[in-house]
Amino acid sequence: MSGLVEARPRPGLRRLAAVPPIWLVLAALLVVVVWRDPTFAQPASLLAFLKRCAPLLVLALGQLFVIVGGEFDLSVGALVTACVVIAARLGDGDPGRTWWVVAVLAVFGALVGLTNGLVTTLLRVPSFITTLGSMLVLNGAVFLWTGGAPTGALADNLRVLGRSGMTGVPVVGQLPWAVPVLVVVVTGATLLLHHTRFGDQVFAVGGGPRAAMLSGVDVWRIRTATFVLSGLSAVLAGILLAGFAGLSADAGSGYEFQAITAVVLAGAVLGGGRGTTVATVGGVLTLQALFILLNLLGFAKPLRDSAEGVLVIAAGAYTAYRARRSG
Amino acid sequence: MNALPVQVTRLLRSGRPAGSSLPIWLTFAGTFAVAAVVVGIGGGRFVTVANLQNIAQRSVALGLVTVGQALVVLAGSLDLSVAYVVSVAALTASLVMAGDPARMALGVGAALLAGALAGLVNGLVITGLRVNAFIATLGVAYILRGAINAAFDNFAGAVPDQFQVLGYDVVAGVPVSLLLLGGVVAGAWYLMHRTRFGYHVYAVGGDAEAARLSGVRPHRVLVGVHVLSGLCAATSGVFLASRLGAGAPWVGPDGGYDLESIAAVVLGGTALAGGKGRLLGPLAAVAILAVLDSVFNFFQADPFLRTLVRGLVIVGAVALYGLRGAGERS
Repeated sequence: MSGLVEARPRPGLRRLAAVPPIWLVLAALLVVVVWRDPTFAQPASLLAFLKRCAPLLVLALGQLFVIVGGEFDLSVGALVTACVVIAARLGDGDPGRTWWVVAVLAVFGALVGLTNGLVTTLLRVPSFITTLGSMLVLNGAVFLWTGGAPTGALADNLRVLGRSGMTGVPVVGQLPWAVPVLVVVVTGATLLLHHTRFGDQVFAVGGGPRAAMLSGVDVWRIRTATFVLSGLSAVLAGILLAGFAGLSADAGSGYEFQAITAVVLAGAVLGGGRGTTVATVGGVLTLQALFILLNLLGFAKPLRDSAEGVLVIAAGAYTAYRARRSG
Repeated sequence: MNALPVQVTRLLRSGRPAGSSLPIWLTFAGTFAVAAVVVGIGGGRFVTVANLQNIAQRSVALGLVTVGQALVVLAGSLDLSVAYVVSVAALTASLVMAGDPARMALGVGAALLAGALAGLVNGLVITGLRVNAFIATLGVAYILRGAINAAFDNFAGAVPDQFQVLGYDVVAGVPVSLLLLGGVVAGAWYLMHRTRFGYHVYAVGGDAEAARLSGVRPHRVLVGVHVLSGLCAATSGVFLASRLGAGAPWVGPDGGYDLESIAAVVLGGTALAGGKGRLLGPLAAVAILAVLDSVFNFFQADPFLRTLVRGLVIVGAVALYGLRGAGERS
């Protein structure tokens, strides 16, 4: 359907129309932010902004795969918390243990994703319930293990990724490590979702599982793979957040809904088959820019939630309106 | 495509949608028996009037929310805003009453109105702006959360002592709050299984387009169930205000009523896709969760263990339905 439209010539105009509308919203927000606080336009502030966005961005890109494939992952917030708490408990502040702690976390995240995926696809449990269940199990198990409160400490070299940066970089001075990490993650996710056979299959599965199955796609394998990717993204988000915010018992709480919000802002459709990585990046940046603007305008912190609510409904309405108009 | 309207007509005529909540009530009976034995072995007595009353009280808040959620899910929608509607209603009731017995009816009325309004907004965003129900109700949940957290950071207002009868008193061995739940359930049951509106809810949940072609107006039905869900959540908020003596912004979200009510609806054998399931099944699920809670309380188990077991029970039970459904199909 959209493939036919895209096949028409006039690439210049098409390219302009293809800019995800969320980037226009982001540009408008950033203009207002810079107008209220000119220092925000300095390279250092912009990089700090990216650093702040990093955990949610990684998480949202993982969620994007699951949503494009037609499911949800509500467990990522609890998984982020679990990763931070496990890293502190196992690492206990010892930099020498960091590498195997990271390895353990990666395996753990992949296993949680695999379980979510297999329970959803093979046991036919709706993903809403599966991932709600794993959220409860993770919350319960992690704190049962640590005795109610997080124990141990985060090693300094584990926190480097989310907290510090390369020094002596020309123009900007210090470049947060989170920025090159984001470049790699965004590039990787874009290539995987939009330029590989696997990515095409994710879209096919989300667009119509039956049609995908009849054309030879292993629906359950593709969907399970999206959950594994989401689990791995939660691990990386957890490591970034451990660096940025440190150890806390509710490190990742609420992140699952924020990630879904960001993906929806980007024009993805719950139910699957639509969404792009570039727009998702725009969605996350928009959400954080909105928070900064509300802060600058002196709104009470809880009102961020209300603004987020209005924004997500508006985005949902716009996406629905565009879908009706186009067909 | 042709077969579906026929199915809807059959549904409208037969008056009894497929399925029964009996297996879930049997599961409840089984859970109850096992709980009684386990607590007995642990050296306690499970079947005492006090404990039964306790289990009933625990079921009320979630039960009230679950009734509304079940209506919404049967119509093929979803309501993630209920937890904050509970808080809004609890705060409204306690602020309007302000400790004055003469203002009890006014407080209840205002709380119910607030709940109905939230439901109306949910319904209109879903039908008018065509926003996916998950996003629409999540958005409304965020808006309410921001508003109440910005305005309040502690208990606000107070309910008069007389109003606490609802939360604490027992009439002829039955807690007043259980009578309230019973009344709401009876009303909802009558609505769903004995009125035209109820059949329309099943029809819209089964296939909105087919229902529309058979003359049902899906938008009105969806707005209707969302208003009812708002009312049910508000009733729960009023009950909690009576129980706690005042409303606070966290009474809803701390109870986890949004996700737990959806879990109870699904545990009760209602398909998330809508159109399938009975109203009483989800209530049996609420009762099962309350029995589990009571057992954990008896053994003074770690609250985190409770959360863990809850997650396993929810996924395990729903997986069993999935396997059973697969078996029936093949």
